[in-house]
Amino acid sequence: MKLIFEKSVKGRRGVRTTRSDVGATININREFLREKPAEISELSELDVVRHFTELSRRNFGVDTNFYPLGSCTMKYNPKVAERIASYPGFAHLHPLLPQLRGGGMLTQGALAVLYEMDMLLREITGMAGFTMQPMAGAHGELAGIMLMAAYHRDKGNKKTTVLIPDSAHGTNPASAAIAGYKVVSVASTDKGVMDVGALKKVLNNEVAGLMLTCPNTLGLFDPNIREICDLIHSVDGLAYYDGANLNAIVGKARPGDFGFDIVHINLHKTFATPHGGGGPGAGPVGVTQKLVDYLPISIVVKRNDGTYALEYDRPKSIGYIAPFYGNFAIILRAYVYILMLGAEGLVRVAENAVLNANYIRVKLGKYFEQAVEAICKHECVLTPSKKMLDAGVHALDVAKALIDRGFHPPTVYFPTTVHDAIMIEPTETESKETMDSFIEAMIDISKLATSEPEKIKASPVTTPVCRPDDTAAAKNLNLACL
Amino acid sequence: MPFIANTDEQRKQMLAEIGLSMEGLFSDIPKGLLAGKLDIGEGLPEQEVRGVLAELSGKNSIDLTLFLGGGFYDHFIPSAVYSIISRSEFYTAYTPYQPEVSQGTLQAIYEYQSMICRLTGMEAANASLYDGGTAMYEAMMMALRITGRNKVIIDDSVNPIYRVMIESYTKNLHIELVKTHCETGQANREQILSKLDTDTAAVILQNPNFFGCVDDFGDIAKAAHDKGALLVVSCYPISLGILKTPGAMGADIVTGEGQSLGLPMSFGGPYLGFMATKMEHVRKMPGRIIGRTKDRNGKDCFVMTLQAREQHIRREKATSNICSNEALCALTALVYLSLLGKEGLRETAQLCADKASYAYGRLTAIPGVRPHFKAKWFFNEFVLDLPKEAADVIAKLIEKGFAAGFPLSRYYPDMKNSILVCVTEKRTKEQIGMFAEALESVL
Repeated sequence: MKLIFEKSVKGRRGVRTTRSDVGATININREFLREKPAEISELSELDVVRHFTELSRRNFGVDTNFYPLGSCTMKYNPKVAERIASYPGFAHLHPLLPQLRGGGMLTQGALAVLYEMDMLLREITGMAGFTMQPMAGAHGELAGIMLMAAYHRDKGNKKTTVLIPDSAHGTNPASAAIAGYKVVSVASTDKGVMDVGALKKVLNNEVAGLMLTCPNTLGLFDPNIREICDLIHSVDGLAYYDGANLNAIVGKARPGDFGFDIVHINLHKTFATPHGGGGPGAGPVGVTQKLVDYLPISIVVKRNDGTYALEYDRPKSIGYIAPFYGNFAIILRAYVYILMLGAEGLVRVAENAVLNANYIRVKLGKYFEQAVEAICKHECVLTPSKKMLDAGVHALDVAKALIDRGFHPPTVYFPTTVHDAIMIEPTETESKETMDSFIEAMIDISKLATSEPEKIKASPVTTPVCRPDDTAAAKNLNLACL
Repeated sequence: MPFIANTDEQRKQMLAEIGLSMEGLFSDIPKGLLAGKLDIGEGLPEQEVRGVLAELSGKNSIDLTLFLGGGFYDHFIPSAVYSIISRSEFYTAYTPYQPEVSQGTLQAIYEYQSMICRLTGMEAANASLYDGGTAMYEAMMMALRITGRNKVIIDDSVNPIYRVMIESYTKNLHIELVKTHCETGQANREQILSKLDTDTAAVILQNPNFFGCVDDFGDIAKAAHDKGALLVVSCYPISLGILKTPGAMGADIVTGEGQSLGLPMSFGGPYLGFMATKMEHVRKMPGRIIGRTKDRNGKDCFVMTLQAREQHIRREKATSNICSNEALCALTALVYLSLLGKEGLRETAQLCADKASYAYGRLTAIPGVRPHFKAKWFFNEFVLDLPKEAADVIAKLIEKGFAAGFPLSRYYPDMKNSILVCVTEKRTKEQIGMFAEALESVL
């Protein structure tokens, strides 16, 4: 398919700009102007609409295909949330308005959304206060580690390391390192959870904290979670809960009750906001009482007269981490979702997410290997059977063969602690019928892998392109059409 | 239950088929850790939720005539932008890990990267960062990696919102931040050059700067390069419809806030951080990067490339911790630019500059209102000194239906009477006239 630049026709116009009512009164000396206009493509409005409609048809999305991408929680994104986010009272609101004297009263609706969301997330996680500012999960992690650093700085603690299990998402060690900490990896047991003995060995007074996803990337709930948090606290470390997998326990259990001090939540996962092809997301961070004073500037507070205001006077705060109040339109969508689900709905979310994952795990257990044979939470990790591997069929081949059967592939080769991992997260919004047809496709692939492996290795054959050359892409860099 | 497909009957059936119970599925969570019923109320049907949110939306005033910018702008957004980005094949997809089923997203991001390069005069762009502030922080970190140095010079004409963010992010790191002070409206050459040395990793500037003044940093780029330092420039993409590009000035890393490219203001986000650089620095750039390659049948296609820089491969040694970025916002910017086209973007920038210039003339004709800076070239924002405290004047004008601008004393304590006024192509001559009258009446 042609690039938009290749469709450009000199002189063709798209949207007309408004007519000038002031004349050419520009006040800029020629030396500051560009010599010729930027080479933006010249197309009609229809050309542009067609181009992007055609591009959109080269994508799988949740609305078009089952999308069991492990660890990403690709659940259905309710349309009502999109509609509400476009209400003019929200979409057209300038973020600096409440920072003008008298402007706060003109943004009471938006401030109420932020405040009420804070209250809901506190109750859902068992935390004492939230910042809505982090603009993605990884951004929340960075904010969380900055909070950790502020706590230790304030107490005069000399801390240098952050502990992270070997099965963690790559963002965890990256976030800790960027905030200035040394990362120490903690091994897992053969049952796939944290090795408490290994933890004790690396635990010392240098430890600022631990970052943990629970359930972890194998989909397993760590039964020693309470003890692990207690151990971290014993050296005045802080326990950080990576909320990437909160969907498995939402409404049923709360990280605050496990002993965690800091929590981030990926609103785009558990609370159903669209993933957008790779963002925008939102990663609010919650903390226990002892860390509330360190939360970023500003925080929305409710005054005695029932009005909402931004609080800037926060002397112990880590400061500003976002230009304003976070990805407001994403927070708004998640707020709508929580209002619609309510307490009982959230319990049902966790139950059905876990049921669907275990249904797949058990039904495919005969055809694939389970990374760990145990009840999983929201996702299960399988690997190709020995017979499939012997035939030369690997996780990537299974993924590509699923595409030809109409499914977006699961996450593959992650977690890295499992060879040839296939990480399947069905989510609660998918039905038994979808589970059954996915299971059927997986069984079909497992059989074909041993009888006609070349067919699997040739897949996908139904897509516009097949298996791009990644090596050539990195070697002969072509990153822009100039 | 909303959005949950399985019926109670199906749940029972599924549990029976796998020989488990619902309690059994949660038996791995220690009993003492299970929560009671959450105190968040009953779920509401769509009709009621829309009622609740419509009421909240109504409590936000969007009837003010905006002369408020500060890096976040009220530009016109063509209808087709929303239609296109509302295609759920785009917005319900995720990071294009599987290129065969993500060519739509991948090609769009490649085109976006190309568009950003064409706009800024640079050679390579990434797939987006969170916002203009985090993009500037990432550019600073990138400059530290490239040079192996740890001193950074930042002029106080750079958006103060970004500067306070950078201060937060560097609190736990050993980075020397040196601030120079803008006096004339243009970057303070004297101070910058005197502080620039062979320990300096980067000079960070902005064009147009926070005060709206335009500049050409060519001389500073040269001086920085002579010392082995880099020039980082943050810019306002609409202004590049007419202004000299950071690339032409010799910038090494260009960042900015892309909100003005078709994204609604939405009370602060989601926005779009963009970043572009020279090819020689691409391997040190953070974030996703899309490349063009061939598939196994020799067909042109697009993939995520240079992933060895990223957190999911490099973990604690990654160039950044960023994972999800603002892909849909990048798509929005691409669609917006495509709809405006070459002439449309130039005209929009010209309109902003023309209308701002007209407003400047009207407002400075008011007795007691004077331009703050000596430098007289500005794009679509300018600083005026009022005879009274700016925050008070702004409060009075809110009552008259105008968001008059930003009171600079919020970040510059010695600018108590100064106001930053912004004019976009959406403001009409009539609105500007009424604003001038209203301002005069409250002074």
